Amino acid sequence: MIEIKNLHAKVDGKDILKGVDLTIRPGEVHAIMGPNGAGKSTLSYVLAGRDGYEVTDGSVTYYGKDLLAMEPEERAAEGVFLAFQYPVEIPGVANTTFLKTAINATRKHRGEKELDAMQFLKLLREKTKALGMSDEMLKRAVNVGFSGGEKKRNETLQMAVLEPKFAILDETDSGLDIDALKIVAEGVNALRSPERSMLVITHYQRLLDYIVPDYVHVLAAGRVVKSGGKDLALELEKNGYRDFGVDEAA
Amino acid sequence: MTTSLYSTRGADPTTAPAFLAPLEGRDAAILPVVADLRARGRARFAAVGLPTVKNEAWRYTNLRELAKQSIAPAGDSAATPVDRLPTVRSAGAGPRLVFVDGRFRADLSTLQGLPTGVLLTDFASACRDHGDLVAAHLGRLASADDRPLVALNSADLTDGVVLRVGAGVAVAEPIELVYVTVGREGVTASSHPRALILLETGARAVLVEHHISQGGAAVLSNHVAEITIGEGATLHHCKVQRENDASFHLSHIAASVATGGVYDNFILTLGARLSRNEVVSALDGRDARTHVSGGYMVRGHQHADISTVIDHAQPNGTSREVYKGVIDDHARAAFQGKIIVRPQAQKTDGHQLNRALLLSDNAEIDAKPELQIFADDVKCSHGCTAGELDDNALFYLRARGIDKETARGLLIGAFLADVLDEIAEAPIRDAFQDYVAGWLEEQR
Repeated sequence: MIEIKNLHAKVDGKDILKGVDLTIRPGEVHAIMGPNGAGKSTLSYVLAGRDGYEVTDGSVTYYGKDLLAMEPEERAAEGVFLAFQYPVEIPGVANTTFLKTAINATRKHRGEKELDAMQFLKLLREKTKALGMSDEMLKRAVNVGFSGGEKKRNETLQMAVLEPKFAILDETDSGLDIDALKIVAEGVNALRSPERSMLVITHYQRLLDYIVPDYVHVLAAGRVVKSGGKDLALELEKNGYRDFGVDEAA
Repeated sequence: MTTSLYSTRGADPTTAPAFLAPLEGRDAAILPVVADLRARGRARFAAVGLPTVKNEAWRYTNLRELAKQSIAPAGDSAATPVDRLPTVRSAGAGPRLVFVDGRFRADLSTLQGLPTGVLLTDFASACRDHGDLVAAHLGRLASADDRPLVALNSADLTDGVVLRVGAGVAVAEPIELVYVTVGREGVTASSHPRALILLETGARAVLVEHHISQGGAAVLSNHVAEITIGEGATLHHCKVQRENDASFHLSHIAASVATGGVYDNFILTLGARLSRNEVVSALDGRDARTHVSGGYMVRGHQHADISTVIDHAQPNGTSREVYKGVIDDHARAAFQGKIIVRPQAQKTDGHQLNRALLLSDNAEIDAKPELQIFADDVKCSHGCTAGELDDNALFYLRARGIDKETARGLLIGAFLADVLDEIAEAPIRDAFQDYVAGWLEEQR
């Protein structure tokens, strides 16, 4: 279970999160929606442990542990996974090398035996096939020269390989056409399980047609201002964020 | 080429006696040409001494610490035990000459794998058996007049290597030269090896130099190589320097490439307290090519200097120059890249790139590209960058469970990966890659 309580965070000295409360139980999919500047991406980076995001108050308890006290790599090894809005290109590091290093770091942390080259390739074949990814994408440097859709598929592949307990999907729909969105959503849906929680962050309702959440929260000006079921997303689609004091047309 | 590319202005003659006094009585020259070069080297070095930062070519590399050392010529190393010898070979034996503290060690060397038509020998044997060859090439490309350290090398010219690959002969096996420095406590033992390398028309060879230390004593290695590439001949010359961080490593390589010839040079610098690698590659014939590249990785208080001169003297020449460096802690590196395109060298294609990765706020790179173009129909480009590790990439890797040090290692390795691709021969590339990986491993 993930419990976010009264979370306050600053970026560049500016208060962005101003008391976020959220509880996510195993197997649940929560969506966070909100206008630009509401603090959606800040929340995802604070949870993943990025430098430069200063937590000034509140707590995040992750399966009984203090998540905020952990280094980013510890959080990942404990099962936190952030699917990036903008996956980073890393020239010179092959995608397979990256995936193998990541999976073995995680396995080591969990006290499991590291995978040898053969076991790793077998696992990778299995997972890539399901996502319709080519071998060639694995040989290339991480995300270098990938299209928007390929980058997001690569994120999904990493999630499939690392099998997190808590996945945060940050604006996964951005930069995707409808076909790419469907493929990625299918990949994510295949990973839904009673043990795995997800936090889907999005500006638009569209993504939630494909990844259907159990709960929807509206984040505005650094706080969760409304929570509800999946119907809340449809309501937002119709009325926009005006009800929350935000006029996006302005 | 009579035009001086270099001047000795700013050198300090007061530094000379400490280097020259110990040489008194070491005069058993084998050949008149050697005796003559020694005498000229001593006279010249006595007059100029060590270069100082007042000389533009030495602006970024200060030899003040070298001047403070208690210099003594390396002693007799004929029986010095040697722990292990590095090689780029994964199996089997091949031609290899070994030098310990600058002196040839026949007992550790082998000519196995050399085809006929190749002369590979130590300097003393060459003087005895091939005096004409030595007389014809010694001091021809590296001038003691222009460069104080070439003068100093000449002053104590004692040993080295002579390689001649006959016309049309292709040497399949890489020829390895292993320089082991041992030195002794209390002094900075100096050695001044010379290499004379001659590839005749159409010859091909691959030369690999290893420079390592055994133990932690400070030494001064001051190498000079004179390399003549004949018409249509090709030499791939790779060097890795892994000396201990108390030592001084100075090297001057002067190559002259005839029509249609190729001289490729790759230098991997990992060791020494202070190192300077000068590579002068003169395209003295038409359609000649040269490719000089390398990597430097320094930390602690190390200083690495790469100073290159590509001299396009004839038409249709091609030069390509790629260096990449990683600098950590308080280390410093300097890159000076001069490209000269002489008036008759039309249709020259020259390209130069130096990229440095700074891993600490105290790390420093000084880079000075210098293009002197006197012809009008040429393509020349140069680029220099200095940057830090990409924070976004670092966080991305860590967010996938990879610890910070491993993530940094991956990114540093990735930065250097493509410069190692400049090495044409896979076994050499792999061996050099292992040295880089070893450096990264120690970094953690």
